Formats: sequence, C-alpha cells, structure tokens
Amino acid sequence: MTATTTAPVAATPVRTLGKPSDRLRAWATRAPLLPALIFMVAVTQLPFVATLVISFFDWNALYPKARHFTGLSNYSDVLTDPDLRHSVWTTILLTAAVVVASLVIGLGLALLLDRKFRGRGIVRTLLIAPFLVVPVAAALLWKHVLYNPEYGLLNGLLHYVGGPQPDWISNTPLLAVEASLVWQWTPFMMLILLAGLQSRDHQQVEAARVDGASDWQVFRHLTLPHLRRYLELGALLGSIYIVQNFDAVFTLTSGGLGTANLPYTVYQSFYQAHENGLASAAGVLVVIGSIIIATFALRVVSSLFREEVSRA
Amino acid sequence: MSATTIRVRPRRARGTGLGLLAWLLGVLFFLPIAWMALTSFHSESDAATNPPSFGAALTLDGYRDFFGTGGGASPWPALLNSTVASVVSTLCVLLLAFPAAYALSIRPVKKWTDVLFFFLSTKMLPVVAGLLPIYLFAKNTGMLDNIWLLVILYTSMNLPIAVWMMQSFLAEVPVAVIEAAQIDGAKLPTILARVVAPIALPGIAATALICFIFSWNELLFARVLTGVVAETAPVFLTGFITSQGLFLAKVCAASLVISLPVLAAGFAAQDKLVQGLSLGAVK
Repeated sequence: MTATTTAPVAATPVRTLGKPSDRLRAWATRAPLLPALIFMVAVTQLPFVATLVISFFDWNALYPKARHFTGLSNYSDVLTDPDLRHSVWTTILLTAAVVVASLVIGLGLALLLDRKFRGRGIVRTLLIAPFLVVPVAAALLWKHVLYNPEYGLLNGLLHYVGGPQPDWISNTPLLAVEASLVWQWTPFMMLILLAGLQSRDHQQVEAARVDGASDWQVFRHLTLPHLRRYLELGALLGSIYIVQNFDAVFTLTSGGLGTANLPYTVYQSFYQAHENGLASAAGVLVVIGSIIIATFALRVVSSLFREEVSRA
Repeated sequence: MSATTIRVRPRRARGTGLGLLAWLLGVLFFLPIAWMALTSFHSESDAATNPPSFGAALTLDGYRDFFGTGGGASPWPALLNSTVASVVSTLCVLLLAFPAAYALSIRPVKKWTDVLFFFLSTKMLPVVAGLLPIYLFAKNTGMLDNIWLLVILYTSMNLPIAVWMMQSFLAEVPVAVIEAAQIDGAKLPTILARVVAPIALPGIAATALICFIFSWNELLFARVLTGVVAETAPVFLTGFITSQGLFLAKVCAASLVISLPVLAAGFAAQDKLVQGLSLGAVK
C-alpha cells in the first residue's frame, strides 16, 4: 500500500508560460495563496534564521557589550554541559514514554469503542474530556488535587485501603509528569485509532469470520496491519506535540528534580539566565530533533494523503 | 434452535462484559475532572481533607474567590485578553487560509502538494526555534506585553492546520457547481463567498473551533511575551503553581471556568476533531 507513491496528483496540465497573458493567468491563480504564504515565511522562518545566527554568538543579555562571534562553541557547550545533556535525555525519555503508553491505552480504548454497546456515545464523550482541559489547568489538577501528599485524591483513596501515603512528585517526578501527559494524550491517540478502525473493510472482516478466524486472528492479521499507518501517524504527531511540551513540566515541577526538558531549558536559559547564545544553540538542537521526527511524519502523512487523492 | 441459543449466549455475555469495561474506563478517565468539579463547590476546609470528604456541603465560595470578590486579583482582564487573542487570531486564520485553500484545491496552482507540505513543515518547527528572536524583536519595538503580538503569533501557529483542514473540506465541493457560477459570470470573490463558503461551512466552523482551542490553551508565548497588561488565562493560572494556604476549591473553580470554553468548543467540533488534529490526514 505504501509503495504507491507515484504522485497521481496535480490535475493541471503542463503548459509553457510563454505569452504574457498566460503568465498573468498563472499569477492570478497564485494570488489567493500569497498572503498566507508570505505571512508564514515572515512569522516562522525569519525568526528561526535569526536564532541560527544568534547561536553562533557569545551573548549574555546582561552584558550586551561583550557580544562576539564564537563559531560553534555554544554547541559544544550545550553538548558538554551535564545539565543540558540531561535535558536532552529527559526530552527523549518523556516523549517516548508518553507516546508509547498513550498509544497502547488508546488502542485498547479504541477497540472497546469500536463495538456497539449501550451508551457508547457517552463513554466516547467522557474519554475525550481530558484532552479538552486547558493544559495548565490539567497540570494544576494533577499537581494539587491528585498528587498532593496531604490532601490529594490519590493518597485519599489509598487511605481507604490502608495503603502508603507517598509524595508522588518528589518520589517519582518524571513519572508524575508522564502520567499527567498520558491522561491528556490518550484521547488523542484513541480518536485517531478509532477513525482507523472505522475505515476498515468490514466485508473482509466478516469474510474472515465466516472462514472461522478467531477474534485474535482477525486482530493480528487484518486489524493490526490496517492500523499500522494510523499507529505511525499517532506516534509521530504525538511526538511532535510532546517533544515541545512546556506546560506540564513548567507547572508540575518547574523543571526541578531532573524533569527539565529541552523546551524548558531553552526558556530558562534566556528568560532567567539571559544566555541568548546558549539558548539559541539549544533551540537549534530541538529543531534538528524535530526535523528528524518530522521527516518520518511527513512521509506517513503524504502516503495517507496520496491514497486519499488517488481514491477521489 | 437450542443449539443456536447456546452458541449465542457466551458471545452476548462477553459483549456486555466489554461494554461494562468500556464504561468503567470512561468513568476512570473522567474521574479527575468530576472530582475537580465537586471540589470546586466545596468550602476550602472541606476541599483539603484526607480521607476526601465526598458528601461535604456545597458552596459557591471557590467561584466567588476566583472571580475576585474576596479581594484577590480579578481574572476578568486575563479572560478578556484570552478571548481577544483567540477570537481575533482565529478570524485572521480563516481570512488567510480560505483563499489559500481555494488555490490548493479548487483551482490548484502548479506543485500544490509541495505548497501544502511546506505549510505542514512549519507546524513541525518547535515554538522554541523562534522564541528568542521574537522576544528580542518585541522588546526593541515596544510590543512586549501587547495582546496584538499574541494575535499575530497565534495566527501563524494555527494557519498550517487551517490550510490543511480547509483544503480537504474545499476539495469536497463539486467542481460542477463552481463552473456553473463561472458561466453565469460570477467573479472569484463572489464565487468564494456565495458558492464555496456555504457548502464548506461545517468544515470551516470545525476549523475555527480547533484554532480557537489551540490559541486559548497556549502558554509558552504568552508566558514569555506578556506581563501585567496582556496576561492571558493560562498565564493567570500559573499563579496557582505554588500553593499558599487553603486554596484548592479556588484552583478547581479557576481551572474549570478557564477550561469551559475549550470543553464547549471541543464537544461542538467532536466529529471533525480527528481530522483537524491529524492535519487532515485522517477523515
């Protein structure tokens, strides 16, 4: 399926734009596109170019006169600084754990919701709700209302069964951040996978059932291969959003206890430490990481997209 | 006859079991929100107890406290700022994305897929990639703590999503309808406003709701670029990060009130939510 990458797209026939009237017409076609395109280049691409330039300077905002070109030394600083290296590792760990956990739980929920049962619509609504809480509010909810060691709901419920009363955020800080993010992102994965399940060829499944295939065989040999690209899409889109996560880290731990990820570190190094050069180098590294993920993401999206276009 | 009933019964029992499991998990996922809602109606002394007080008396004190009648900072300026930033940036997004989507679907430019993927790739550029230059630019031009700077940034943040979503919605408008309007002598703006827009309206509405949600939720830009005047609702919420005394009911009330617009917009756009979040890749 993924091999059909020969673009059956662009319905516009190839023509030579020799005559002025042709050229005029081509510009008339492009005109509606230009405002959006120019706006995007100006607001997203130019600042990134500026970040790239700043990353080659030794520049602390508190000592603006001492600003000078240093080549790649900011990059070697970022890569050798133990705190920053730790934040690279934290970013990878956080992203991978949240994406995998929310994908697995999301798959289970999607399979449950793919069946007909009483109140399916209500259950779907209940499950989507965590995704629709403002991220800062969700992080506050976990920090104060659930995790608080003295009056949080988790320890309150443990109290009933005579369990221990741990200080969740201090004991397992990264896990605490991850759990709150899994809660918010599982609905997202569930929605994508549910859409995948519902686009299945039901006749094929019924045919397999008639031939005596068990539920597990149907899942293993029909459902899972069909879902593969939806799983990839969920994983990649999830990675792109979670790699950038700032809200949960900022709110739950303020980057303390070894939970500072790269976006938080970038924020901290220029907003609090005023190290513009270092912050920019770290920012460029985040971009390189994102580009690696994004290359795969774009490939998956474009294969789904091509299929959609060729089907139409 | 009896053979079939025996064969059917275990299957039905298992179906009921799985339905119950789905309900159980749904309730479990919703439990933190339900508990937050209940706590917001408790008095501060009932809110912070262990074991939790489920049946405590209900009161609106948390909400009174949040809205500043008890003397604290009023949330209204922040809510107003968020409303301006989200609504105006969403309108800007629609104004820019609608013609662009037209040029990428109904009357496509050459290499329109490349253009579409350029838009998508900008979405994958993390916010921190341009945060510092934007901050320095704002500082030098006096745009710091200005809500209109956030409007511009939120427009750029949501434009790629909107272009992708609208492209997929406009591609569903039948070409014959547009050609008929052209034969009748209608000009492009008229065709867009009178023919294309009404057909694509549900899709446009869903796009708008999703852009609204993302703008309303945004924290990093707002935290770095605003201060006292242009503070948005999520920045207001960060005031609750460190706990001071008894404040749990107030935090719950604040979180719930500030999440309400997102919950409402999300449920309204439920059917198109996946399409928007997956940038149009999943229908």
